[in-house]
Amino acid sequence: MLLHLGRNTSLATLATALTLTAWAPAPAEEIWISNEKEDTLSVIDVATLEVIRTIETGERPRGITFSKDYSVLYICASDSDTVQVMDPETGRILHDLPSGEDPEQFVLHPDDRHLYIANEDDAITTVVDTETRKVVAQIDVGIEPEGMAVSPDGKIAITTSETTNMAHWIDTETQMLFANTLVDSRPRHAEFTAGGTELWVSSEIGGTITVFDVATQAEKAKIEFEVQGIHPDRVQPVGFEFTGDEKTAFVALGPSNHIAAVNAKTYEVEDYILVGRRVWHMDFNTDKSLLFTTNGVSGDVTVVDVASREPVKTIKVGRFPWGAALRP
Amino acid sequence: MGGFALKTGRALLAAVTLAAPAAAEIAVSVHYLQLMVEAPPTLSNLDPVPEDLGIAGATVGLKDNATTGRFMGHNYELTVTRVEPGGDFLAAARAALTETSLIVLDAPAAAQLAIADLPEAAGALLFNASAPDRALRDADCRANLLHTLPSDAMRTDALAQFFVKKRWDDLALITGTNPADQSYAADLKASLAKFGLDVNSEKTWAFDADMRRNAAQEVPLFTQDLRDHDVLLIADEIHDFGRYVLYNTWDPRPVAGSEGLTATAWSPVVEQWGAAQLQSRFEDAADRGMAPKDYAAWAALRAIGEAVTRTGSGDTATLRAYILGDAFELAGFKGRPLNFRPWNGQLRQPIPIVHPRALVAQAPLEGFLHQRTELDTLGLDEPESHCTAFSK
Repeated sequence: MLLHLGRNTSLATLATALTLTAWAPAPAEEIWISNEKEDTLSVIDVATLEVIRTIETGERPRGITFSKDYSVLYICASDSDTVQVMDPETGRILHDLPSGEDPEQFVLHPDDRHLYIANEDDAITTVVDTETRKVVAQIDVGIEPEGMAVSPDGKIAITTSETTNMAHWIDTETQMLFANTLVDSRPRHAEFTAGGTELWVSSEIGGTITVFDVATQAEKAKIEFEVQGIHPDRVQPVGFEFTGDEKTAFVALGPSNHIAAVNAKTYEVEDYILVGRRVWHMDFNTDKSLLFTTNGVSGDVTVVDVASREPVKTIKVGRFPWGAALRP
Repeated sequence: MGGFALKTGRALLAAVTLAAPAAAEIAVSVHYLQLMVEAPPTLSNLDPVPEDLGIAGATVGLKDNATTGRFMGHNYELTVTRVEPGGDFLAAARAALTETSLIVLDAPAAAQLAIADLPEAAGALLFNASAPDRALRDADCRANLLHTLPSDAMRTDALAQFFVKKRWDDLALITGTNPADQSYAADLKASLAKFGLDVNSEKTWAFDADMRRNAAQEVPLFTQDLRDHDVLLIADEIHDFGRYVLYNTWDPRPVAGSEGLTATAWSPVVEQWGAAQLQSRFEDAADRGMAPKDYAAWAALRAIGEAVTRTGSGDTATLRAYILGDAFELAGFKGRPLNFRPWNGQLRQPIPIVHPRALVAQAPLEGFLHQRTELDTLGLDEPESHCTAFSK
C-alpha cells in the first residue's frame, strides 16, 4: 500500500486518522476511475477502499459520467472517437454514441438526456441526444475545448477552450453561443456553484480560477494559489469540485501534487493537501465525507478525509487515471 | 518587392462574427520573411529539408490566433515572402515593412541585424525564428528583435545540466569544420564550464571520405585515442558526419550534442503537457512532424495573438510593451508559462532533451535553482548578457 505523507504527518498521526475517521458508506458505494493510458476503468469500493473490478473500455478513456439513475455509464473514449454507453452491472458496452472526433470531456444536461461533449481536436462542442443517439447540434468553439459545465437550471452550457483561453457560453435552447469570456491561459475545468449564480473556471498555465457572475458574465473574482516550496509556474489548477454545502471547493493543482481547499464565499485558500503526482480530477462519496483524487503520473488515487482535510489512503489504479465518478 | 523576392502564399482567414465581439474590430497583419540559404553538402540524403520549414509553424499559429480572433472581432493575416539565396532581402524587408510592422524573420543572424537596423524597422517588432547565435542575445541585440527560437547556449546549458544530474563528468568532444559546428562547440564548452564540467579530450572531424561506406573501419580508430569518457559529444550542427559515429566508437559510450541525445526547442517526440494536441494540429496541416523552426515561428505568431487578445489593440508599440511585460504568458505546451526576458528579448522556455524516439528529460532539471525563475538557468542570464538595447 502506498501512502502519500504530508511533510509534518507522522505515521502515528496517520494511523490515528485512519482509525478515528468514521465513515459509514452506503452499501456497494463505488468510485469509478478512468485510466487514460490503459484503456480501462478501475472500480474502487468505498467501504474497503480497494479496487474491486477492472473493466476494459475503448481507447483513451477520459471523461466519465453516470446517468441520473446510475443505470448507464457514459465514457469518452477519446482515441476511439466515440462515447461508449456501458452497463455498470455487467461492464458490457451497450452501444456507442456519435460524439464527434476526439471527445475529451462532457457534461450531462439536467434533463438526463443530452450530453454536451468537448471535441478536443476539432474545436467543436457536440450535443448528442442519448435517447435517439443522434447529434443534435455542433457548435464552433475555441481551440482544444475541454472543460464542460451546465447550469443547474439547464439553460446554459459552458465549454472552455485551452488554446483560445475562453469560456464559451452556450444557450441550450438555441444551441448558439451568446457570450465568450477570456480567462487566463489553458482553461481546463468549469463548474457552476452558488445556486447557479456563479461560474468557476480553472486556468492551468495561468495558475488561477476565474469566478464569473452568471447573470452578467462579468468577472467577479480571481483565485490564486501558492504552495510553499514550489515555483508558481508548477502550481497548475485543473479539476475541482464543491463540497455538499458549497462552502468549500477542492482544487487539483496538477504537477504541484497538492489539492487546495478554497473558501467558496471569501475565495481564500484555506489549506493545501499533499496527494499523488499530477493530480487531475476528483469526486466525492455520497455523503461527501471522502474525496477521491486521480493522480495521473503516479497512477493512483488519493483518498482525502474532507472533515480533517488529511489524506488517509492511496489506492493503486491503472496507468494515468483521469476521471472519477461516484456510483452510490 | 525586389527582383528576387518570390511571393508564395497569402493565407487570409476571414473572421466569422459570432455573438457580440468584446472589442472593436482589429486587423492584424504579420509578414513571414524568409531568406533562403544554400544548405551545405552533407554525406547523407536521409533528411531532406522540408520546403515549408518554419512557414508551416507560422501557418498553424495563424489559425490558432484566428480561432480566438473570430470570437473577439480580430482578423489575422499572414503573408509569406521567400527571397532566393543571394537575393535582395533588404528590399523585400522594406516592402514588407510598408505593409506591416510585425515580421517573423527566417534568415541568418547577419541578415536579421541588417533588417533590424533599417530605418523603416525602427518602430517594428521582429521575431527571430531561425538564428540560434549567442551574439543576437548579447552585444548585438536589437530592441526591435525578439527571439522565439532558443539560443544554442540554452540548448547546451540543458545538456550540461543533464550531465551534472547523471554525474557523467568525463566528456570528450568531436567537432566538425563548419562554422555552425564551431559555434555550437564553443557554446557547449561554455555551458560545461558554467556547470563545473569540461571536456578532457577533443578532436576535429575533417575527413572528406564517404563515411557511409567505411564508418565501421574509421570511427573506432578515430575515437581510440580519446581519453576515458562517460559521454562522447558531437558538434555537427549541419548533420554531416555525426550520425556515423554512433555505435562505431572504440569505447561503447552514449553520444550527445548534435546527434544521439540532443537538446532542442521542439521535437515530434514531445507529447506531455498537452503537446500531443499541437503535434496533431501541425501534422494535419503540414503532413510531417513539427521541427524546432516551426515551433519558433508558431510561438512568434501566438505571442502576437496573445498580446492582441489581452490588450485588445493592434498597435505595435502597445503589443511590444505587453509582450515584454510581467502580465504576458504564452501557453507553449512545455509545462509552464513562457514569457520574454526583458533584458534581451529571448523567449524563456523549457528545453526538451530527446533521442529520436522519446523525450528523456526536460531542462531546467530539478535542483538547478535561480532566484528569479529556474528557466533563467538556461542561456544568457541578465548579468552575463552584454545587451543594452532593451534598457533604453
